[in-house]
Amino acid sequence: MSVARFWRKQQNRYNLIGNQCTVCGKYFYPPRGFCPVCRRDGKIVEHQFKGTGKVVTFSIIRSSSGNFKLLTPYVLAIIELDEGSRLTTHLVCDIDKVYIGMPVKRVFRKLGEEGSSGAIFYGTKFVPA
Amino acid sequence: MREVAVIGVGCTKFGEKWESSFRNLFVEAGALALEDANLSGEKIDEIFVGNMSAGRFVEQEHIGALIADYAGLATDNIPATRVEAACASGGLSFRQAYTAVASGMSDIVVAAGVEKMTDVGTEVTTDVLAAAADREWEGIAGITFPGLYAMIATDYMHRYGLTREQLAQVAVKNHDNGAKNPNAQFRKAITLDTVINSTLVADPLRLFDCSPVTDGAAAVILAPLERAREFTDTPIKVLGSGQASSTIALHDRKDISTLDATVAAGNRAFKMAGIERKDIGFVEVHDCFTIAEICAIEDLGFCKKGEAGRLTEEGQTAIGGKIPVNPSGGLKACGHPVGATGIKQVYETVKQLRGDAKGRQVDTDIGMTHNVGGTGATVVCHIFGRK
Amino acid sequence: MVGIISYGAYIPRYRIKIEEIARVWGANGTEIARGLGVFEKALPDMDEDTITISVEAARAAMARRKVDPADIGAVYVGSESHPYAVKPTAVTVGEAIGATPVMTAADYEFACKAGTAAVQTSMGLVKSGMVNCAVAVGADVAQGEPGDALEYTAAAGGAALIIGNDDPIAEINHTCSFTTDTPDFWRRENKPYPRHGGRFTGEPAYFKHVIGASKMMLEKMGTKPSDYTYAVFHQPNGKFPTQAASMLGFSMEQIKPGLAVTYLGNTYSGASMVGLSAVLDIAKPGDRIFMTSYGSGSGSDSFDITVTDVINSDLFNRDAAPTVSDLLADKKIVDYAVYAKHKGKVVMME
Repeated sequence: MSVARFWRKQQNRYNLIGNQCTVCGKYFYPPRGFCPVCRRDGKIVEHQFKGTGKVVTFSIIRSSSGNFKLLTPYVLAIIELDEGSRLTTHLVCDIDKVYIGMPVKRVFRKLGEEGSSGAIFYGTKFVPA
Repeated sequence: MREVAVIGVGCTKFGEKWESSFRNLFVEAGALALEDANLSGEKIDEIFVGNMSAGRFVEQEHIGALIADYAGLATDNIPATRVEAACASGGLSFRQAYTAVASGMSDIVVAAGVEKMTDVGTEVTTDVLAAAADREWEGIAGITFPGLYAMIATDYMHRYGLTREQLAQVAVKNHDNGAKNPNAQFRKAITLDTVINSTLVADPLRLFDCSPVTDGAAAVILAPLERAREFTDTPIKVLGSGQASSTIALHDRKDISTLDATVAAGNRAFKMAGIERKDIGFVEVHDCFTIAEICAIEDLGFCKKGEAGRLTEEGQTAIGGKIPVNPSGGLKACGHPVGATGIKQVYETVKQLRGDAKGRQVDTDIGMTHNVGGTGATVVCHIFGRK
Repeated sequence: MVGIISYGAYIPRYRIKIEEIARVWGANGTEIARGLGVFEKALPDMDEDTITISVEAARAAMARRKVDPADIGAVYVGSESHPYAVKPTAVTVGEAIGATPVMTAADYEFACKAGTAAVQTSMGLVKSGMVNCAVAVGADVAQGEPGDALEYTAAAGGAALIIGNDDPIAEINHTCSFTTDTPDFWRRENKPYPRHGGRFTGEPAYFKHVIGASKMMLEKMGTKPSDYTYAVFHQPNGKFPTQAASMLGFSMEQIKPGLAVTYLGNTYSGASMVGLSAVLDIAKPGDRIFMTSYGSGSGSDSFDITVTDVINSDLFNRDAAPTVSDLLADKKIVDYAVYAKHKGKVVMME
């Protein structure tokens, strides 16, 4: 991912900053600039998520590429944040420990890098709470 | 709107085609379709081609023009348009062609699909396919396509008690069918043990739960029903067409185990065709992974949620069963050249309805196709009839 | 008075036993571990580095106290393993705790004392009134050449102190430094591992500076070792700080609570600050803490600290972040092959 493309959403990725539609109350992370429920009637504001949630579903990735090669096998999971929004994450935990409903919390990790001389990307992953 | 029929079909053998280039593949499929329709090139009004990622697989964009040129149709300046919706590119190409004919804009239209996947290494392939998901919010989190469908499987198995054996039976049944399909990549029957003992790719999915990496192309020719008899004695009528979108990311779905775009596209196609589920003789579904076939059977309405595993286990989805699914062998056994798959499904359906599917023939007048892009962000369904 | 208004530490989960490292090099692990006074060392996960460790430590400090990020006017990170040669670690830490953009920031390097150098700078800015609060971090994913003596101890971890004037949990009564040009340990540009002077790192380096700074402090404050509840010395191993303490007249009871090295290893810039964090984890109001860091090259920073009532007040919540002993207890032991993979010692294609 190019530096500009990553940097654009860096604040969101570092600090779990998403959105809330103040009309319907729904929370969005990953961020959305347009409420899919209220559409033009919606009013989107920034919202910083607490960073706690639980595992909705998961898989253990045994074959991967790029930045995840060295991390393989690793847990991939969909997390439901306490505020109600869902996201996909590398769940940093022992592969035999994950289960549906497992409570998790945010953690700051490297998301990848553009080779050994390129930019390093950081952001939020999750660990068991 | 005019009624539309398929008047000719062509398909290359699917597989790792080391000798064939991207352009060889579609020229071969196109020539077979023209021959089947007993048609010469200058009669073609328009071409649509489904292709997911020639840009990354063979570093070639501008596919429409390339196809027109190498099919020898650029000399007549025939318009050619590339259609892209990840793995649903083929199905969408067919729908675009159908719309063009039905609207009266064009008469004789080619709908093709092509993908050349083996000119890059496995890692690149994995990454290219991952682009069908949300790159910024799923890709960066380390998703792979088997991983996304595996998360559907984890959710589904947890909620509906699908067994490992029932899931494996999808692959066993599709290999049985594929063994009888001369175009299939894998023409070899397998057992439950083969699937259950194969390497884990993304838990709970194993190697034999996954469709392979494949080269291939398919092309079909559409015409107004009223002109179809000029070209063939067995025109196959398009009874219904439905397309639907859902969220690009799996995590945004209301229900992880329901592809709501399948539900919507299926309903739209059935409504347009004006028929019931029970009228369908067979369905070619998008079984990129075994769990995808389980979900498709249910989301298309052939049984209730949670019942497709049992249905499969009982042999009801095999040829001769209550609702044969993937008589071609599906993506699992035929292979999955992503942009071509949707057209191959139409090819198989036409062959079946003409009574030309030797060894795997289903006796019916009506068949259905179901083509999925990503984890279900785009779904295209079509219903076809012999009469 | 200027002081520590909050603190936090972070230690990655993975550990390798010193005996396991010795096994690979055909050495006597039991003897080495006993000699060093180090039995396990922490290593980073494959997606952890000095930046992620610094952020986690700084966030732990933020979790323990309601600090308005807008009040943080400076972030300094001391390390000898900044992921970038050029591009500051401190800006990522600043952004990850929401302190950007109205702040100053820089990365420090002074071998193992870069973290305490950051504390001193922060104190200066706070005392002068230039900033309300400053974050000082010492963190490392320490490097040691495979097979070298350093490999037995070079570890990953770090700690962050938030320095401020208002209601500190511990006042910093005084700080002083003892610095000379001493070539005991270095890492040249573009080299992956540091080199060192072997036994030269002891008497003319570590001991001269640690004792020099500590004596200056005792003299300046007019105190004697028994006036302090706890003492923390830079801990490249278990042996050096114990020896320095006894040379100065501190008892084993005074240094043991801050001796994290035994099951952590040497976290370089993080070492004395993790030790201080371990002491703050258990400190009571009125406790007086003596701390002297050491950085090769060489210098020592000494601190005289008094814990205040605030540590037990509503302004501060020690339980909002894990203690050093919590962090040390949450561990997963790996073998040398996994360690090599985690430390990037396995050569991969780009």
